[in-house]
Amino acid sequence: MVDVAFEGGSAMTVRDQADRAQVLQRLRIGDIAFRHLTRAAAIVVLLILGGIIVSLVIGAWPALEKFGFRFLTSEVWNPVTEKFGAIAPVYGTLVTSLIAMLIAVPVGLFIAMFLTELCPLWLRRPIGIAIELLAGIPSIIYGIWGLFVFAPFLQQHVQPFLIDTFGNVPVLGNLFAGPPYGIGVLTAGLILAIMVLPFITSISRDVFEAVPPVLKEAAYGLGSTTWEVSRYVVLPYTRVGVIGGVMLGLGRALGETMAVTFVIGNAHRVSPSLLAPGTTISATIANEFTEAVGDLYTSSLVALGLILFVITFIVLAFARLMLMRLNARVGA
Amino acid sequence: MALYETRRRRNVLAKSLAVGATIFGLAWLVLILAVLLWEGFSGLSLAVFTQMTPPPGSAGGLLNPIAGSLVMTTIAVAIGTPLGILAGTYMAEYGRYDKLAFVVRFINDILLSAPSIVIGLFIYEVMVAQMGHFSGWAGAVSLAVIVVPVVVRTTEDMLILVPDTLREAAASIGLPRSLMIRKVAYRAARAGMVTGVLLAVARISGETAPLLFTALNNQFWSLDLNAPVASLPVVIFQFALSPYKDWQQLAWTGALIITLAVLALSIIARSLASARKSS
Repeated sequence: MVDVAFEGGSAMTVRDQADRAQVLQRLRIGDIAFRHLTRAAAIVVLLILGGIIVSLVIGAWPALEKFGFRFLTSEVWNPVTEKFGAIAPVYGTLVTSLIAMLIAVPVGLFIAMFLTELCPLWLRRPIGIAIELLAGIPSIIYGIWGLFVFAPFLQQHVQPFLIDTFGNVPVLGNLFAGPPYGIGVLTAGLILAIMVLPFITSISRDVFEAVPPVLKEAAYGLGSTTWEVSRYVVLPYTRVGVIGGVMLGLGRALGETMAVTFVIGNAHRVSPSLLAPGTTISATIANEFTEAVGDLYTSSLVALGLILFVITFIVLAFARLMLMRLNARVGA
Repeated sequence: MALYETRRRRNVLAKSLAVGATIFGLAWLVLILAVLLWEGFSGLSLAVFTQMTPPPGSAGGLLNPIAGSLVMTTIAVAIGTPLGILAGTYMAEYGRYDKLAFVVRFINDILLSAPSIVIGLFIYEVMVAQMGHFSGWAGAVSLAVIVVPVVVRTTEDMLILVPDTLREAAASIGLPRSLMIRKVAYRAARAGMVTGVLLAVARISGETAPLLFTALNNQFWSLDLNAPVASLPVVIFQFALSPYKDWQQLAWTGALIITLAVLALSIIARSLASARKSS
């Protein structure tokens, strides 16, 4: 054998060869075992998702069987008579998230524009870190802050102003009807806006930074202003990524629990007024699950969870597809 | 000339909006931290760390929820980290381009932002409903489910950054693939992987929703993981919504402790990551 010659010329005994074969065999088995171990762990990730879906469907089955499609169309939520419908929490979830996105998307995009186009270099890192710290603050902190600081502030200063200004305007007046409670749909939407702002900002900044400088320089060279470069060069180029980031933020807003539970008021009704208390899917589950008596009540709450999971799954999957398309293009 | 003026004006407006938006965004961070420091520090004392949660109307501390949080977080990390690292290893080292890795990557990214309350419901159905009682184990497992996707993601990202020349060098001296991964790739990616674990800890130390109906809460000193265990976020939730001043004060103090812990963790993680980048 060739390698025998390399080992100082001493010939390999039969025993050495047997030892060597044994070591190689052990390494080979270890190699295969490790490969299968990692593969199994990767499959566990899939099983977690499968487990979530299966367990939610099983848990929600009694309610879905009893109410059928009416569960999605009924507003009644009465634990005493055991009649449950999902309209109020679904409505609250969608409206609070909509308010959050209406505020957070433009603000986030403008911050990203500031960070990539206007900000002096030495300031970029500190501001970026600060925005990411904002993303790291646990949601319960937003909740307690919203309850004790933000809601009273809105009640005393902002909501009376809104009622006075828009209360008598047709159509708009309906949005701002009723007394200023402080807590309510609007407050929850605003807190959510603050919470998702960092997500939208950091993703938009990342995709804005991925724009080839040549494109921007060409536009500047033609005499474009900063705004025109951002609006007509950067934004169209990064559109897919920005949509992905926005959807990711929306996914967060839809599923957010603690920050909303503190300030939404937990009232099961659909009210056109943004100042009225409402509820969301996650807030309803958080508030009522441990106190739910009876299988049907618990099952209805799990069914709400299932609805939430389906909505967020679709939104997040869409977000990922968008971001993947962007990566594919950058990689090409 | 009129067109020039309009364009100029529009540009100035957009620029000021950008500056304004940034100030607006940062203002919230300052406002929240300022109130938190103010309210939290006024209740901070040694008793907070040495006494149990009190009944309404009397003084007490947060010892049992702090201990409960630490224990459940530790177990969650102990379960979630190895699982996450192994899965991330498969995706980066073995199946970088195969179908399984593609699907796992997609699903993992969705789990990464899935609503945590749904994970609580999942563990409730799988563990609490089967065992018939709330337990610390259920709380720890639900936190572990949150840890896994974070660790998978950072492990994969960090391993992909390891230059292939290192792998080829290891292979060329006859190192089996599994040893190459453990002795070479892991070492090269270590700082980044530690960062991932720290970020996961930061993420779960403030998680409330999945604990509400898995670990529940416990007013007394108990580290029995087969019984309900108190945790800092759940106690904050309960105390903040109570009408009692003492409890609300403790909630603020607890909120301060969590925030400081989370911020410290993310700053350490960040400096680790940037130390790696500059080296």
